[in-house]
Amino acid sequence: MSERLPVQKTYKLYIGGAFPRSESGRTYVAEGANAARASRKDLRDAVRIARQAGGAWWGMTAYNRGQVLYRIAEMMEKRQSELAALCTGPDEVAAAIDRVVWYAGWADKLAQVIGSANPVAGPYFNFTVPEPTGVIGILAPEPPLLGLVSRLSPVIVGGNTAVVIASEAHPLVAIELAECLATADVPPGVVNILTGLRGELSPVLASHMDVSALDLAGADGDSAELEKLGAENVKRIVHGRADAQSPYDIAAFLELKTVWHPTGM
Amino acid sequence: MATTPVLPGGFELPLEPRLPRLGSVDAVALEERAAALATRSIKREAKVFALDLAIRMMDLTTLEGADTPGKVAALSSKGIRPDPSDPNIPSVAAICVYPNLVPYALERTRGTSVKVAAVATAFPSGQSPIDVKLAEVRDVVDAGAHEVDMVIDRGAFLSGRYAQVYDEIVRVKEICAGHAHLKVILETGELGTYDNVRRASLLAIAGGADFIKTSTGKLPTSATLPVALCMLEVIRDVHEETGRVVGMKVAGGIRQSKQAVQFLVQVHETLGLAWLTPDRYRIGASTLLNDVLMQIRKERTGRYQNPDYFTVD
Repeated sequence: MSERLPVQKTYKLYIGGAFPRSESGRTYVAEGANAARASRKDLRDAVRIARQAGGAWWGMTAYNRGQVLYRIAEMMEKRQSELAALCTGPDEVAAAIDRVVWYAGWADKLAQVIGSANPVAGPYFNFTVPEPTGVIGILAPEPPLLGLVSRLSPVIVGGNTAVVIASEAHPLVAIELAECLATADVPPGVVNILTGLRGELSPVLASHMDVSALDLAGADGDSAELEKLGAENVKRIVHGRADAQSPYDIAAFLELKTVWHPTGM
Repeated sequence: MATTPVLPGGFELPLEPRLPRLGSVDAVALEERAAALATRSIKREAKVFALDLAIRMMDLTTLEGADTPGKVAALSSKGIRPDPSDPNIPSVAAICVYPNLVPYALERTRGTSVKVAAVATAFPSGQSPIDVKLAEVRDVVDAGAHEVDMVIDRGAFLSGRYAQVYDEIVRVKEICAGHAHLKVILETGELGTYDNVRRASLLAIAGGADFIKTSTGKLPTSATLPVALCMLEVIRDVHEETGRVVGMKVAGGIRQSKQAVQFLVQVHETLGLAWLTPDRYRIGASTLLNDVLMQIRKERTGRYQNPDYFTVD
């Protein structure tokens, strides 16, 4: 009897909760495997789906969103060894899981900490509440897992949806993470992960008129050009850090809405 | 292959005994051909040309119970100048409304190239007494509509009363003749088979239709590529046999530029360049226009667009 052939895994994209190949059919070699090389059309589709997913994600209760993030951590915990094999090691995976849990806790505390109830001089009361910015484009920084998780978690915990361009050199762990997201009750389209060539995808993402903000954490050197492209529809530009862990990283992707409310009438 | 002429002996009555012998449509081949044509890749200059043409061929439509004079006026303005920020975008072919709203559309489009089309004959069902239907047609023609979109009585058609359907078209045509173009809506989603679509198309053409139109847009299955191809082939056959020129209008469910381009490819392949003009081909749509505008701006700027930057109608 011949020896069993192991089944190899094909690394594909993560768009709208599904794992499609690039519509272009292209791949590129990364880390000794064939990773999907997303095209501009894949990116366009991802943005459209992220935009559609936004309403339902923000419509969930904050508590529920926090639970979903916590569930992501649970799924990552179970896949520690697979994740570790594709990034710098178990320490990075542990840090990434802890980061997701840390941000999960913020879901139902944002309005209290970032929002405010403002006394004003007049027969009014005035509330400031944080709301999501919309579709956020993320260039994931290194290290490939912790960098991605550190930038993605604050974006989605605030009710935004994300289109992530994974590390070009180490894209596989991002797709491994996508499998955690797909099984963690993250609604389809809330997170979309593309692998491919940065130089090809970043300008399309930066110039897309339906992307509301950009996190250029993973842009090395060429960020001025991307900022310029983003200026056309006044995208919010954030230069996130791979090691950041702060409520201000959530606030960076929130818009504060102030509501005036008459009192004493 | 086609040994029997499409319309033996011309259009004279009685049609009823002749219709069953009009031959049958090869459904598999038709669907395959429609699917094959839909895979054509239309890019760059050709795409911009097709999108520009799609706007010029568009019947910008609003057919809702909630239509108001204000909405029709806004839609008309949008039809005249679809993208206020870009003067190179052409006007649409026509504004298509319910009979009561014709005067408001006419008022707003006066002095422009944009025509006004009105649906009539108890749109969308066509299930009303003939006098009521004819009175409605008379009203919209008197009101000044340039085009009348009538529906056939599918109830009569499906029960085999072809002569009744034919008579109605003829009588509506009598009223329209010289005043308004007549488009005959077959509502193919209710006809069931391609054979019926072919029969109904021939019936409408024989009755005097200037255009044949796929659907009302009120059904979940509206203009599909095979149905449109089937109707185009009828137009082609009639043109080859009699020299008569009949136009075609697709309507219902065409929301994306890509679909519009697919329909245009069909026309070009079936009838040639001569039919790629608003005088002979129309696309009935409402949400399609903004998608086309987004695609055109994307081609011009290289940026993917956001619907929020385009006017609502």
